[in-house]
Amino acid sequence: MSTPSARDTRSTHADPILSLRGVSKNFGGVRALRDIDLDVRPREVLGVVGDNAAGKSTLAGIIAGAHRPDAGRILVDGRPVVLGSPADARRLGIAAVFQNLALCENLDVVENLFLAHEPTRAGFLDEVAMEREAWDLLGQLATSVPSLRAPVRELSGGQRQIVAVARALLGSPRVVVLDEPTAALGVRQTAEVLNLVERLRERGHAVVFISHQAADLQAVADRFVVLRLGRFGGELDAAGTGYEDLLAAMTGASRPSGRKHG
Amino acid sequence: MSPTSAPPFLRPFSTGGTGAGRTLPFGPRSAGDTGLLPVIGALLLVWAVFGILNPAFLSAENLVSLTLQSAPVGVIALGVVLVLMVGQIDLSVGAVSGIAAAVVVVTTVLLEWPLPVGLLLALSVGVVTGLGYGVLTTRLGLPGFVLTLAGLLVLTGIQLRVLGPRGSVNLPFESGLVRFAQQGFLPPAVAWGAAAAAVAVVTGLRVAERIRRARAGLPRMGLPGLVLRTVGLAALLAAVVGYLGTARGIGYPVALFVALVVLVDVLLRRTRWGRSVRAVGGDRASALLVGVAVRRVTVSCFVAGSTLAALGGILAAGRLAAANQGTGGAETYLFAIAAAVIGGTSLFGGRGSAWSALLGVLVLTSISNGLTLLNLDTATRYIVTGLVLALALTADTLLRGRAAPSVP
Ligand SMILES: Nc1ncnc2c1ncn2[C@@H]1O[C@H](COP(=O)(O)OP(=O)(O)O)[C@@H](O)[C@H]1O
Ligand SMILES: [Mg+2]
Repeated sequence: MSTPSARDTRSTHADPILSLRGVSKNFGGVRALRDIDLDVRPREVLGVVGDNAAGKSTLAGIIAGAHRPDAGRILVDGRPVVLGSPADARRLGIAAVFQNLALCENLDVVENLFLAHEPTRAGFLDEVAMEREAWDLLGQLATSVPSLRAPVRELSGGQRQIVAVARALLGSPRVVVLDEPTAALGVRQTAEVLNLVERLRERGHAVVFISHQAADLQAVADRFVVLRLGRFGGELDAAGTGYEDLLAAMTGASRPSGRKHG
Repeated sequence: MSPTSAPPFLRPFSTGGTGAGRTLPFGPRSAGDTGLLPVIGALLLVWAVFGILNPAFLSAENLVSLTLQSAPVGVIALGVVLVLMVGQIDLSVGAVSGIAAAVVVVTTVLLEWPLPVGLLLALSVGVVTGLGYGVLTTRLGLPGFVLTLAGLLVLTGIQLRVLGPRGSVNLPFESGLVRFAQQGFLPPAVAWGAAAAAVAVVTGLRVAERIRRARAGLPRMGLPGLVLRTVGLAALLAAVVGYLGTARGIGYPVALFVALVVLVDVLLRRTRWGRSVRAVGGDRASALLVGVAVRRVTVSCFVAGSTLAALGGILAAGRLAAANQGTGGAETYLFAIAAAVIGGTSLFGGRGSAWSALLGVLVLTSISNGLTLLNLDTATRYIVTGLVLALALTADTLLRGRAAPSVP
């Protein structure tokens, strides 16, 4: 793992690939996000941290085209864009792994990887091409998935996470959004996923790593954006930010400690 | 308590929100590999039992009647398979088949229109009905279960209107439809030719796939397995064609039904559309997020389901040389849906096979035919059929991995 200072030089000076400006989103009466600004720069891991219901998944959905913001703008390479669907976002080089992974359990690994983007030969599915590419891709991620033809139902949480990440990487997106990729995992699998995030950065992707587990973020993020109850709660540099600082920012620094959040 | 424990057609259609409830990573292998084995076992068991109780059951002539009896409802069951696969249900397939039968008979006999016009009109009833269900389900979010129940009533009413006060119209025996359905049998040369062609095509495709996989460095089917499957398929087809050929042979409606099963099977397993159907049936919200055209796929399955139901009704009219108020009545849709489920197509969506229509309907028809040969009445037939369906439903639910917890 590289040191925080070494990571910094890579990211902070480049122009952002993706920017949000004043983005808000309501669900009925719930104000899930309010006036959020955010920049994602090339080859950085941006950690988005916040307690439950801070609006993290809503933010992921907006970046990935699954939600439309009620207010604010989204810019890709400085140009305003409309992300009407996940497919729109993909075309602009943004891919997401949603918190629930969006895998079809009844389909096998290959089927999930290429769902809705299957290559065909003479009008029929090209299983050979799909399997070939799946091997390559999972090989690059240096991961162990027992069988490409096993239905996803049979995979462990970590393996599913890897399949979902591999699917996001098809078509080499520039920005990969990971929403709580470690939330359902044990210690060893969490380490695997953190490793994977590092490899994504090495492959040249920008990663938006969303988590409520400050420790996981700390291990890999170059920069943190804190969300608190749907609002922007501060931006912290990885260098010199400790676990306590993150926790304080998540929960509201001036609040008395020991207060439980629902 | 969890909303995902109910089959999807009982829930309002929604393309957002629910997210995918993650279940424990247990449960048997995917349906693809075990799916048809139980129903094949059931079929062999039924045949063994009835064959022992009454040897006439396994006579070639009786099996030919059995296939002819199976074809109309089998075509309807094939449509049910598609609707179930996409996670919906259509309770009105019987009513659609009844109305299609009525339309064909009334247009050709009472109005004296040419048969092709009547057939087209009858089929388009199916298309329009399916479109209606599809649009109302996907656009307004109506749950398919109740919507098609409403459709059943409306369509049955229209069927009675179409048939008019007489309530029953006969087709003349020289009608092309009746000849097709009752007296049309594949000439032996054609039957053997089709069987040989099927073996050649299947084997050719397998060999080609094997070569491509070898070139791509992927694991491939072993040579013994390939030979074994080829020989197995050839033996099966030869046995069917040869044995049925000692009696009247393979009826046109039966050939049509089998051809449709093969077509749907290829569409489901080898095309993007088929994969989308399974994805939508398995997890609609995820499929939508990934970019599957969920609405279009759902509508297409409703349309295919109703159209096949209409075709089944047409074949039934030909077979009975008549259409009446009872054509496509309650028994028809129960029988068709039961056949699909007994064949291994899941009520929970996303799991099933075109072949389950064929095998399921053979099981049910064999039971009914065998009980009739034993002079047992309709009551027994209903009870046995219901028990078999309950058994299949248990298997479906267990396969889904829902049976274990929560219920004391
Ligand atoms: N689809 C939705 N419909 C209604 N409310 C929602 C929806 N998604 C999120 N919310 C609400 O928005 C708030 C933020 O949710 P979310 O973005 O999921 O938070 P986090 O991922 O940080 O836990 C919560 O109060 C949540 O209940
Ligand atoms: Mg979340």
